[in-house]
Amino acid sequence: MFDFSLVLTALPALGKGALLTLKLTALVILFGTVLALPVALARNSASTWLRTGANAYVMFFRGTPSLVQVFLLYYGASQFDAIQHSVLWPILRNPFWCVVIALALNSASYSGKTLSAALAAVPKGLQEASFSLGLSRPQAFLTVDLPLALRAALPAFGNEIILTCKATSLASTVTLLDLTGAARLLTSETYAPYEVFLSAGLVYLAINYSLMFGMRRLEIFLNYSR
Amino acid sequence: MDLLHGFGGQLLLGTISTVQLALASLVVGTLFGAFGCWMQLSGSRILRGIGYLYAAVIRGVPDLLVVFAIYFGGSLTLATLTGRYVEINTFVAGVVALALSFGAYAAEIARGALQSVPNSQREAARSVGLTKAQTLWTVVLPQAARMALAPFGNQFIVLVKQTSIVSIVGADELMRKAAEASGATRQPFTMYLAAACIYLALTGLATLLLEWSERRAVRAYTH
Repeated sequence: MFDFSLVLTALPALGKGALLTLKLTALVILFGTVLALPVALARNSASTWLRTGANAYVMFFRGTPSLVQVFLLYYGASQFDAIQHSVLWPILRNPFWCVVIALALNSASYSGKTLSAALAAVPKGLQEASFSLGLSRPQAFLTVDLPLALRAALPAFGNEIILTCKATSLASTVTLLDLTGAARLLTSETYAPYEVFLSAGLVYLAINYSLMFGMRRLEIFLNYSR
Repeated sequence: MDLLHGFGGQLLLGTISTVQLALASLVVGTLFGAFGCWMQLSGSRILRGIGYLYAAVIRGVPDLLVVFAIYFGGSLTLATLTGRYVEINTFVAGVVALALSFGAYAAEIARGALQSVPNSQREAARSVGLTKAQTLWTVVLPQAARMALAPFGNQFIVLVKQTSIVSIVGADELMRKAAEASGATRQPFTMYLAAACIYLALTGLATLLLEWSERRAVRAYTH
């Protein structure tokens, strides 16, 4: 009933899907991290408007399923003629970019919240010390506050990367052949769900435990001074 | 419900289905979690290995893959067992898949909470004459439950959101209803936004409930 040779034949076929999964994960992490900083700054800002806006954004993206977010962007955007005729359409028509944008916005809401907490936890005395040494505000933020906050937020970011990698499986719902999509296609071709999904699962485990291992090493490396 | 072009009732039906899916998965998933935790803390090396493997594997693969594996694998198993093609119930397949996922996280949460209760508590309880079962029920579990409450509740909120992926294999819940309404009205943005707002209300309600129970849970320490 369980054919091990099928696992071996399925693995190379899933390789292409795995590459797409890795590509999606990398882009989502990249954009998500870049977006996380303005979100964190807005959440900690003195302006009520910025704070409310950032909190609403975080609440929406944390309170709704990623699947809805992907569908809102991919299917929802086509509802508006203005979007269909705008310069954004080539991007929003493309399922790849829709998944990247939706998941990056989602990821930024989580890491933005983490980062804002980490920034708020940096002791005020450090800031005062940097000012008294003659550092400007941006200098103090970039060379003292941010590195410390990033280091403190690193374990949470590590979890976020794993969650992001798993969330990219939603790409398969908008016609993309990522690892999950490729596995589903292969299942309909071979009628061997056990072998194919087990193989896909093994590839995911390999990716995620490598990511986890890499993040642990990074944490140890960055904590050398402690 | 003019804004929803008469699909408000359908979305409401979908919402009820989503809540049922979430609650059923919570119950079954908690059982899986308790069983997983029991295995992880067991004296037997084999059981311990299985318990840890379960949590490690499920936590490392996407829930959508688990849903597919249970749905398509389950269909094949049923077909093999009965000798003819059986359409597997999407609700049952969804509950099994979501519960497997929830259980893996719940097992880790429960183990962490139980291990956070200092051993001196167990020793003290035993030394005043409590039996092993009494120690567990009246000393260890009440303390562990408080530790586990917040992460367990957060995991439930994740579960509520994850019910949406069961729509991919055709379960008739909120996301599916929104997709049907999108197709019928050609207004996908409106329908998915409505679904998003309902999910937001559900997770918001769950968050409020969790905060309320967390406040209640700490009362024991403040009195």
